[in-house]
Amino acid sequence: MTANIGNSAGVVINELNLSFGETHVLKGVNLSIEAGEFFAFLGPSGSGKSTLLRAIAGFGPRPTGQILIDGEDIADQPPWKRNVGMVFQSYALWPHMTVHRNVAFGLEERGAPAPEIKRRVDAALDMVGLIDLAERRPSQLSGGQQQRIALARTVVVEPKVLLLDEPLSNLDANLRVQMRREIRDLQKELKLTTIFVTHDQEEANTTSDRMAVLDEGVIQQVGAPVELYDKPSNLFVANFLGTANVLQGTISVGKNGKCAFKSEHGVAINLGAQPHNEGAVVFRPQNVRISKAGATCKAGNVQFQGTVGQIEFHGNIVRYGVDVSGHLVLIDETHQRDSTLFHIGTSVDLQVNQGQIMVVPSH
Amino acid sequence: MKTSTLTAFSSVERGPAIAGLMIAFFLLLFLIVPVGQVIFVAFQDPNTGAFTLINFADFFGNSLFVESFFNSFYVASMSVIAASLIAMPLAYFTTRFNFSGALLIQTLGIIPLIMPPFVGAVAMQLLFGANGSINLLLEEHLGFTIPFMEGLNGVILVESVHYFPFILINLSAALNNIDRAMEESAQNLGSHGARLFRRIVFPLAMPGYVAGAALVFIKVFDDLGTPLLLNINNMLAPQAYLRISSIGIADPMGYVISVILVGFSLLSLWISLRVLKDKDYDTVQKGGGGLMRRDLHTWEKVGCYGVVILILLLVLSPHIGLMLLSFGTVWSFAVVPDGFTFDHYVTVFDTASQYITNTLLYAGIAALLDVVLATSIAYIVWRTKLVGRKWLDYGATAALAVPGVVLGIGYLRTYHSFDVPIINEPLASWWVIIVIAMTIRRLPYALRACVAAIQQVSIMLEEAAENLGATKGRTVWRIVVPLMSGGILAGFVTSFATASVELSATIMLVAKDSDAPLAFGIYEFMQSTSGRGPGAALGIIAVLFVGIGTYFSHVIIERSKKLRESKAIVAEGGTT
Repeated sequence: MTANIGNSAGVVINELNLSFGETHVLKGVNLSIEAGEFFAFLGPSGSGKSTLLRAIAGFGPRPTGQILIDGEDIADQPPWKRNVGMVFQSYALWPHMTVHRNVAFGLEERGAPAPEIKRRVDAALDMVGLIDLAERRPSQLSGGQQQRIALARTVVVEPKVLLLDEPLSNLDANLRVQMRREIRDLQKELKLTTIFVTHDQEEANTTSDRMAVLDEGVIQQVGAPVELYDKPSNLFVANFLGTANVLQGTISVGKNGKCAFKSEHGVAINLGAQPHNEGAVVFRPQNVRISKAGATCKAGNVQFQGTVGQIEFHGNIVRYGVDVSGHLVLIDETHQRDSTLFHIGTSVDLQVNQGQIMVVPSH
Repeated sequence: MKTSTLTAFSSVERGPAIAGLMIAFFLLLFLIVPVGQVIFVAFQDPNTGAFTLINFADFFGNSLFVESFFNSFYVASMSVIAASLIAMPLAYFTTRFNFSGALLIQTLGIIPLIMPPFVGAVAMQLLFGANGSINLLLEEHLGFTIPFMEGLNGVILVESVHYFPFILINLSAALNNIDRAMEESAQNLGSHGARLFRRIVFPLAMPGYVAGAALVFIKVFDDLGTPLLLNINNMLAPQAYLRISSIGIADPMGYVISVILVGFSLLSLWISLRVLKDKDYDTVQKGGGGLMRRDLHTWEKVGCYGVVILILLLVLSPHIGLMLLSFGTVWSFAVVPDGFTFDHYVTVFDTASQYITNTLLYAGIAALLDVVLATSIAYIVWRTKLVGRKWLDYGATAALAVPGVVLGIGYLRTYHSFDVPIINEPLASWWVIIVIAMTIRRLPYALRACVAAIQQVSIMLEEAAENLGATKGRTVWRIVVPLMSGGILAGFVTSFATASVELSATIMLVAKDSDAPLAFGIYEFMQSTSGRGPGAALGIIAVLFVGIGTYFSHVIIERSKKLRESKAIVAEGGTT
């Protein structure tokens, strides 16, 4: 299956708009995906991520704008001319054909000679480790096996781009972790431009080189997973990627050029030299230290006083919900054996390093 | 402790066990023994009583029977083809296009079923026959005629117009059950158009089509009324009927034909079960569903409506013809009758009202018996652990494979010399045997309705009643039956409606005119030219019976569906 190397192509999307009747689903999408990149579309249901993927494959209503693959606009081509391979959420294996015939289908449609079809189908089945099941029917396979066959059926035609529509959503939790590694390894081996749709941030974070977070048909931010997590460009991204403490309030610039934040309930935070002058203060639960009331504030830290309102034991961490002047602040503390937990009602001090505090525009 | 649970268990199951035995006995007496008798006689030497194949040799040595066999086979096959030609475009329009005529097509799928084919046969003759309206118009304007109703053509036309909905319903369901992703994945891999249809859509819809086609084949193969009314006697079912009614019940040929009919019924039932069982191609996933539909261009819309309206006219033609006939004075060598009158209806109510009252009585009792039997069987099969309970289901469902003629012959043979006490009349010629025949014939349909209903009652609802102190019997009465009521009622209405036009079994069992039901009355009237008017009037009354019945069962099913949706939380909790 080394033939794929060098075959994959970059994808550029220009001003893509798409409507289902009156409903405007994709609103001016612009995106550039490098050749050989593993790219994720991440977003909640209804965000338009699947619609965007299907538009690239040529399904759904005709969008306006451009979809360039290898520099060629394919927006007007029918699905069967595009040579973008798609693995469907339901796998869509044809029940009336054997595994072998399923995988051979695309090559037959392309008019490949029989010996070549045989060779390439066997190679594809070998690649996903299911050559022994070639004569089975899809209904005789497990979910993970069906997934692998669907993958083999798509990559065997050597598409320019591989599209994966929530490929792991029909698998159980353990298999999901295993399959996402397999998909990742396969993608690296084939160097195939891959777009992966998911609503699961962990899936997107662990597999993709870069990702686009979508909400309400608009791309909110594009970047590497770490970049999006550490530098969310708006509150949606901050909240969608992991858990975030968000304090709304106002920022004022002092005479010394330093910024001070005052929350709506009056909590003051010294921001240092933050570049923004409007937005909300955001920090992650794992970056907050919790201690008994009366602790001294370390240099470079911001300190709040509060009362423990909730305790959740997760195993690896303990999550506290602390009431700080009417704000609920979440704190994740890694759990050690025999460590004593704070009880509800305990007065506590919270400390966050200034460097962990983000100022994020509200929209 | 162990013994006490055992005794409690057996006392709980005692009621259902007694009911089950009674039902088994009833099925034995009126289904298994008569049909077994028919098969037995077919393999019996008429003189010595020994086992023999000589009757089958005689059958295939007789040119009339061989011709009848091939005619029946030909008519059934051609009806499947003609019905497919009607059903396929309709199924295609509704599943592939955003076609606003979908409701029209749904209606098209019901209209034929509310009129038994033999009722419309004479009307079709008047519209499409050699001297019928259509050919008179063709002759006058275009100078040629088409032999629509010539010989076997007539049977094929009448049967295919009547039975095409079976193919339409099954094929549409199969197409609707194909997930869109099946088609999209093929497109994604480079397939489209006719190739895509041939390689993906068609094979996936095939099982549904075959199931519908097998049903049509066997319905036509077994049908007695239509060929009889069109005066086509060289087919199997009419031959069986004529042999028994003219030569007598000792003649082995009627039994040989019966065995052949049952054999073909079993074969096509087996085929349709097999294609549906091995190939569960129901591929609809959550959130998916249905093939891609596209909008039609204006000229395509015109074409679609043209085809639909043409088929609608064809499908309505028996109804239109029957209506004209029932209100017409004289209708011969004319496009429409010479004049219109209510006389035929007056005649019917003056002289033939016993047909109507008999039908109300017979079909009413039969439908009541059907739902009582079906509810009991459904409960025994799905809610008890009685040994052999599945066989009650199989036994009752086996009636599907028994053509009416065969059941009629079986009753005649088995009960012609069994005198009913007190009335001192053979059971075979007592009116009650007609009711029993209707009950047995309709039981499979009532049973399916009741089984579907009981499967939708969550066991948790019953357990809740028992937990609050209700006994098994009280639970059945207060919880199970009320929750099943929609299905039971729908079963009653459809059984009543279809039993009221049952002809093939009753035609053999009617001993005197005063005992005859509607279908037999229509058949009697239609025999003579002067009787056609009143016969058509009776036919219209029959159509009203079935039409109103079908409408009510539809309303009941829809209402209980809505009711069930509001109880979805309970149902979901119950299935996990």
